[in-house]
Amino acid sequence: MTSRFDTTFARLRAEKRPAFVTYFMGGDPDFDTSVAVMCGLPEAGADIIELGMPFSDPMADGPSIQAAGLRALEGGQTMAKTFAVVRAFREQNQDTPVVLMGYYNPIYRYGPEAWLKEAKNAGIDGMIIVDLPPEMDEELCIPALKEGLSFIRLATPTTDEKRLPRVLENTSGFVYYVSINGITGSAAPKPDEVSAAVADIKAKTNLPVCVGFGVSTAEAAEAIGRAGDGVVVGSAIVSAMAKAINDGNDPVEAALSTVREIAKGVRAAGG
Amino acid sequence: MSSHAPNSFRNGPDEQGMFGIFGGRFVAETLMPNILELGEAYEAAKKDPAFRDELAWLNKHYTGRPSPLYLAQRLTEQLGGAKIYFKRDELNHTGSHKINNCLGQILLARRMGKTRIIAETGAGQHGVAAATVAARFGHPCVVYMGAKDVGRQSPNVFRMKLLGAEVVPVESGRGTLKDAMNEALRDWVTNVQDTYYLIGTAAGPHPYPELVRDFQSVIGTECREQIMEAEGRLPDMLVASVGGGSNAIGLFHPFLDDKDVQIVGVEAGGKGLDGLEHCASLTAGQPGVLHGNRTYLLQDAEGQIEEGSSISAGLDYPGIGPEHSLLKDTGRVDYVPIMDDEALEAFQLLCRTEGIIPALEPSHALAEIVKRAPKMGKDQIIVMNLCGRGDKDVHTVGEALGMSL
Repeated sequence: MTSRFDTTFARLRAEKRPAFVTYFMGGDPDFDTSVAVMCGLPEAGADIIELGMPFSDPMADGPSIQAAGLRALEGGQTMAKTFAVVRAFREQNQDTPVVLMGYYNPIYRYGPEAWLKEAKNAGIDGMIIVDLPPEMDEELCIPALKEGLSFIRLATPTTDEKRLPRVLENTSGFVYYVSINGITGSAAPKPDEVSAAVADIKAKTNLPVCVGFGVSTAEAAEAIGRAGDGVVVGSAIVSAMAKAINDGNDPVEAALSTVREIAKGVRAAGG
Repeated sequence: MSSHAPNSFRNGPDEQGMFGIFGGRFVAETLMPNILELGEAYEAAKKDPAFRDELAWLNKHYTGRPSPLYLAQRLTEQLGGAKIYFKRDELNHTGSHKINNCLGQILLARRMGKTRIIAETGAGQHGVAAATVAARFGHPCVVYMGAKDVGRQSPNVFRMKLLGAEVVPVESGRGTLKDAMNEALRDWVTNVQDTYYLIGTAAGPHPYPELVRDFQSVIGTECREQIMEAEGRLPDMLVASVGGGSNAIGLFHPFLDDKDVQIVGVEAGGKGLDGLEHCASLTAGQPGVLHGNRTYLLQDAEGQIEEGSSISAGLDYPGIGPEHSLLKDTGRVDYVPIMDDEALEAFQLLCRTEGIIPALEPSHALAEIVKRAPKMGKDQIIVMNLCGRGDKDVHTVGEALGMSL
């Protein structure tokens, strides 16, 4: 069966432009907002959606995504509701790949086997689990591959030539290149360094390489979009939602207008 | 330093860093190369006589080891049962057992060519020890400390600053040790090239639980020799407090295969185990994954980590070192909770009977001894790890007792 990732990247190759991968936090600040954001994302320019699963202790995230996770948990978000957001989305959209992103403990408590089955039933295509490196592949990665779900691995500037094959070994869907050493929402990466790193990865895999961490503007998205097969934006969307919530404005519109704006940069990187 | 006899409790961890199902390396990819490098550096250091000699020299001349094994005669008489000995790691330079681990790790950091030291701290004892070794070897040091702990352990904050460390108050979460550890990990991910993360307890990703245990095992190794000299036999019972569990594993590990030695770990029961006002992760928690390892954690049904609570900042952590989790599941060690008010009473008891002001952390262990010793025979022997001194806690105790300082 052709995966939604394959179909999406094939279409984008034909359009000669990079993928726009958007992240937001499930349940921030409540369930209905998440459904509305998610359903609006494809039209706003998102090609792949990463849905954050909130965790009390997000060790690799900066302040804006930490705060979004806390808002979601205070808003009563649960794993069951995260799956429900995806099911509501799939009633309207069958084409856009959906990736769940988060940390392992909520999955471990849910039960990895049950979680994978439920994820598949809900229409999820893959997962990014920050604290499961290749050394812990037996926990979730191998079982996920058996279920036909993609396990998308992070490669980082510290992933050297020796380690890269290990990182790529069980990766599928796409490779997420974390462009800086640091937490989400940090300083912008340097496009020429990113190009070189992406080239190194592409020499060892046929998978598309999407680049994230620190991309927050249309200009940065354009520059990074030229360097990789896709651009991941998260903190900028989450921050825009936080500001709207704080100012009493509509967080859905804040998220989607941010995506529309940055999508212009991603599309300008094509051709 | 593990033995490899079958059926030994001292075999762990395996090559993947597992103690049974506990432990492991649950970290972001950015940190993996560093974790692997640390593992290699530690394996090489263990085999290097020069490393062992330098550490032994520092332990003796800088820390003041061996720490005495002291027979608490007046306390023994008052409780009227087993003989009570204290392993006096509160007499170490910097005032607690934390220096044992910090000296070992700073030597490792130097072998690895890392120049910047970061650490997390709860009570501030580890922060002070980390700042101390950083000063001793001339490295910049940043200590992450929960904002609540900065408030209740202000003498240690000042000590760290005097030692040249930068103390960063962490406002996220409830502002305790868990949040400090999150922030230290965020720093490490950002500054991975030049920075050494000096973890203060026997937890975190492999190889930290192993190497911290090994550096702390000097406590139990000395204790074996000292009790043999004093009594001609091993003790009947060992008691230590467990927060992350480094002082406890340091005392326990050399005795784990001595079947006749009963071993008791004392957790912070806070205000009671019914609600969330405690830190008894082994007694009241469930296995989960946090801060790089699988271990017993205080968490809800959704796998969200609960905020613990304890009068003792050093025990105020919702997790526990992974080796303790295995020792609980195998039944080798009994883990029991002690409430805040029981610890406070034990604290005062020790001040008045022995002229020793203990930290609130070992006061928990002492409170368990107050319960157990009277039920034991006068020919029986208990050894407790008196792992820290109480100067840092006088404000907290004064407040709890309604005394103004």
